[in-house]
Amino acid sequence: MLEIRNLHASVGGKEILRGIDLTVNAGEVHAVMGPNGSGKSTLAHVLAGRETYVVTAGEVVYEGKDLLAMSPEDRAREGIFLAFQYPVEIPGVSTTYFLKAGVNAIRKHRGLEELDAIEFLAMVKEKMKLVEMDQALINRPLNEGFSGGEKKRNEIFQMGVLDPKLAILDETDSGLDIDALKIVANGVNAFRSPARAMLVITHYQRLLNYIIPDFVHVIFDGRIVKSGGKALALELEEKGYDWLKPEADLAQHTIA
Amino acid sequence: MIQHSKELDRYLADFERFEKNGLRGGPSWVHQVRRAAISGFAELGFPTTQHEEWKYTSVAPIVKAPFRPADDEPDGLTKESLSLHTLGQAACAQLVFVNGRYSPALSSIGSLPDGVKAGSLATALSADPAAVEPHLARHAGYHDHPFVALNTAFIQDGAFVSIPKGKVVERPIHLLFVSTHDRPASTGLSAGFDMAQDRRGKAIVSHPRNLILAGDNSQAMVIESYIGLNNALYFTNVVTEIVAGESAVVAHYKLQRESEEAFHISTVQASLNHSSNFSSHSIDLGGALVRNDVNAVLDGQGIECTLDGLYMVAGRQHVDNHTRIDHVKPHCSSRELYKGVLGGRSKGVFNGKIYVHKDAQKTDAKQTNKNLLLSEDAVINTKPQLEIYADDVKCTHGTTIGQLDQEAIFYLRSRGIDLEAARGLLTYAFASEMIGRIKVEPVRAQLEHLLLARLQKDS
Repeated sequence: MLEIRNLHASVGGKEILRGIDLTVNAGEVHAVMGPNGSGKSTLAHVLAGRETYVVTAGEVVYEGKDLLAMSPEDRAREGIFLAFQYPVEIPGVSTTYFLKAGVNAIRKHRGLEELDAIEFLAMVKEKMKLVEMDQALINRPLNEGFSGGEKKRNEIFQMGVLDPKLAILDETDSGLDIDALKIVANGVNAFRSPARAMLVITHYQRLLNYIIPDFVHVIFDGRIVKSGGKALALELEEKGYDWLKPEADLAQHTIA
Repeated sequence: MIQHSKELDRYLADFERFEKNGLRGGPSWVHQVRRAAISGFAELGFPTTQHEEWKYTSVAPIVKAPFRPADDEPDGLTKESLSLHTLGQAACAQLVFVNGRYSPALSSIGSLPDGVKAGSLATALSADPAAVEPHLARHAGYHDHPFVALNTAFIQDGAFVSIPKGKVVERPIHLLFVSTHDRPASTGLSAGFDMAQDRRGKAIVSHPRNLILAGDNSQAMVIESYIGLNNALYFTNVVTEIVAGESAVVAHYKLQRESEEAFHISTVQASLNHSSNFSSHSIDLGGALVRNDVNAVLDGQGIECTLDGLYMVAGRQHVDNHTRIDHVKPHCSSRELYKGVLGGRSKGVFNGKIYVHKDAQKTDAKQTNKNLLLSEDAVINTKPQLEIYADDVKCTHGTTIGQLDQEAIFYLRSRGIDLEAARGLLTYAFASEMIGRIKVEPVRAQLEHLLLARLQKDS
């Protein structure tokens, strides 16, 4: 589904991603871990098309297409979804209004009929159960005055409504208490299917107790320095990230 | 600023013709007021950008254009043809004015509570001058504002609304001002609009004059809408005087949607008495060159005054909002929020003066002006002006000028919404706060519709 080859990206002239290689197939859940500043979130934003990051080398093939040539909206329409670490607050626009615009743009792109208000609300009601969203919340201005947990639930709720093929969760666990974390994780698990893939970006192993990944990758200094199964996450929890540093230095050394 | 230019002389000559014409009529005190006002205007002349109050707004295009008063009411206007611009007969009492003159045929007032008057000022001047005399031209000064002077000199018609003591008018009163071109007499043109033909019509100036009197403990909502037909070039120079009696509640809305080529200058002058509650909502979407003055004098205790404004312009539009709130007596509060959205090469001006007189202790005044610039070439000049002569007051002001948040745009795009739609949605989100503050449902619905249409057109 997704093939990232030798991806380099920089922001403001500073190189953040320095050669990422990653293959994700349908049905798989990949966890991407790493210390702060390692490039995890940059990877998420580059995949979603954030223009402040400049791709300087490499390629990303998504379902046989050149992902990097697509606008952010076209990526969304082709089935990529990014759950933001810091969801944006937009006073004056309700979640329902904004989401209906998104859903219909995506449906139009896929050659489907646009949903009218009634059909849309019926669909939304179904998806609200996914993360125990209540109606009052989604009628309020988008994320305005939402608690951290409500914002994250809103992200997963949007994922359910937009029905992506590849979902990228950018530190969706950060700032969540255990109850909120469980709700979010349940929503994500309910969403897993053989047709979908997920990239779960997290700093802590904790989330992976609830969302069991098929693969775990460690990013350090803009590169994937180690990949493994779910056991790797536990090892990281125990040892921290420092023990991987020599390998990162080594990798750098080998390339240099 | 004395400048006896030929442009000024043209208006002075128009005035002489206007006053000589017996039809203009009215009681003798009105003639005196007009005479005094035209001398005031002759003395002041048209303002230039040397004048502090007109620093960022040049009225040269208005001065140069050979505007003339309209002769006759143009035919072809019907209630149906205006239905897009009215607010629903059931919902509002509609008074329609064409080129500044009341049109009974196009109006539909319906029933109003006993003693409530809503009609033509011209009629009131001849039928009930005693009701008008104590207030007309007593509130809006014509010795310092040239366009108020000009309007006053040409006082003829407009709306006269009078709410007796204790009456509550539930239905909003809608004053719809329609401007047109005078067309050549033999206009065989029906629905088809021929630009070249229309161009040969003369450019019209109108000076509508409105007087709104709300008696003690009364309540009313008055909406003024300004529209132009056929994208014409014309000049509307309106003055509205509002008097809110003790404990009166008056909501005033002004929805300016003049044609893209029109000039619009307006003054709203509100005199507020003890414990009254006045709100002004000034919405500007149209016009090529627009200047609004909203002035409120809080001459009593316990008054609440709200001035809201929204200006949304693009292309080469220029819109200037000047407000002045005079806190004369103690224990009054004023809240002012003006928001602007400027696209293209448009220019905006906001000048908000709050004047706290020395007796106005415990004044609580808050002023905010927020601007969203949608393009590199749009310009806003914003200036808060606080003059405080009392020592126990709370006055704050704040101004922001910003652009659309790139992070928010990306967020929307990441949900499948295209760039232009995302920009439109965020712009709407910025403006919608002002829509939410509109309490008259048909006005809110109309404005919401207009904004969404506007944003879709822009994208």
